Amino acid sequence: MSITGDFYTWTIVCAGGAVTLLARASFIVLPPETRVPEWLQRGLKYVAAAVLPALVLPDVLFRDVPAGEVINVFRVVAALLAILVAWKTRNIFATLGAGMVTLWLLQYFKPF
Amino acid sequence: MQTSRSAYFRGVSDITPAVIGLMPFGMITGAAATAAGMDPWLALGMSFIMYAGASQLAAISLLIQHAPAPVVVVTILVVNLRFMMYSAAIAPQFRHLSNRKKWLFSYLLVDHGFALLSARFPPGNTGKHREAYYLGFSSFLWVMWQISTAVGIFAGTMIPANWSLDFAIPLVFLALVLPALQSRTHWITAAVAVTAAAFTTAMPMKLGLITAAIAGVAVGAWLDSRSEALKSPEPVK
Repeated sequence: MSITGDFYTWTIVCAGGAVTLLARASFIVLPPETRVPEWLQRGLKYVAAAVLPALVLPDVLFRDVPAGEVINVFRVVAALLAILVAWKTRNIFATLGAGMVTLWLLQYFKPF
Repeated sequence: MQTSRSAYFRGVSDITPAVIGLMPFGMITGAAATAAGMDPWLALGMSFIMYAGASQLAAISLLIQHAPAPVVVVTILVVNLRFMMYSAAIAPQFRHLSNRKKWLFSYLLVDHGFALLSARFPPGNTGKHREAYYLGFSSFLWVMWQISTAVGIFAGTMIPANWSLDFAIPLVFLALVLPALQSRTHWITAAVAVTAAAFTTAMPMKLGLITAAIAGVAVGAWLDSRSEALKSPEPVK
């Protein structure tokens, strides 16, 4: 598991930087009379709610799956607990702490 | 009398509480990059070039999975689309700037800074020193973000792999998204996206993520337009 700093990955990072800058600059550099189209405004409201959970799923279910298993059960349990903490506290560090500590405990004691 | 210099330092002091909260996040972003086996120079370059934590984490997560370049770039764009909303909201305040400054100020535009600027300079305010104020808080935020990711990158090399520090990536996303699920439509959007993501993981080239995101946004936007139509029926012409 490694991400080397070769020409290919540097190109990806530079392209990622370019699209990020374009998103930031968009309405600042466009002519002042440019209005945000309604469909775009409507879509943007739901981007975070769709993208972030879709990113989470493979990272939780399918990373470091033990031999002979389909999903990583320890990560699923730790993530469910983290969701509960995130929901209750709305605090990023409490969420991180709860998830990481649960995963460490499960990986250490292997209760199931 | 207020000077540009004092406006600059007022910016620095106004953003300090946010910076204190942001530094651990920067360190985690750096440490997650190292935990994923990312070249430290590439990780530093990423912080510098992209300067957007959540999309940096998303890119790391996809690069480990050997997703093809266009998928990584599109994902970065999608995670950062929210900046377009900030850009639209803040554009009137930057209208008088030179083009060079518009691009520089755009590069420095981040969530915390946007929140601060909206509070300090509500629309219509023509504060004379807001340029210096903006540069003050955003340059400080930028420097502290670079320092904290660098600290994370080098601290990360000392953390053993069996600590599974890459698990911090989905945890950060969970912590970011749950408070943002403010309505039933948002919850349905998230549920559609997760379900779609589960069924599309076998798709070639990691296209499942983008497919799931599009499905979620489409359903969310559709429900949104439908509920608005119910609330305010089109006037009869």
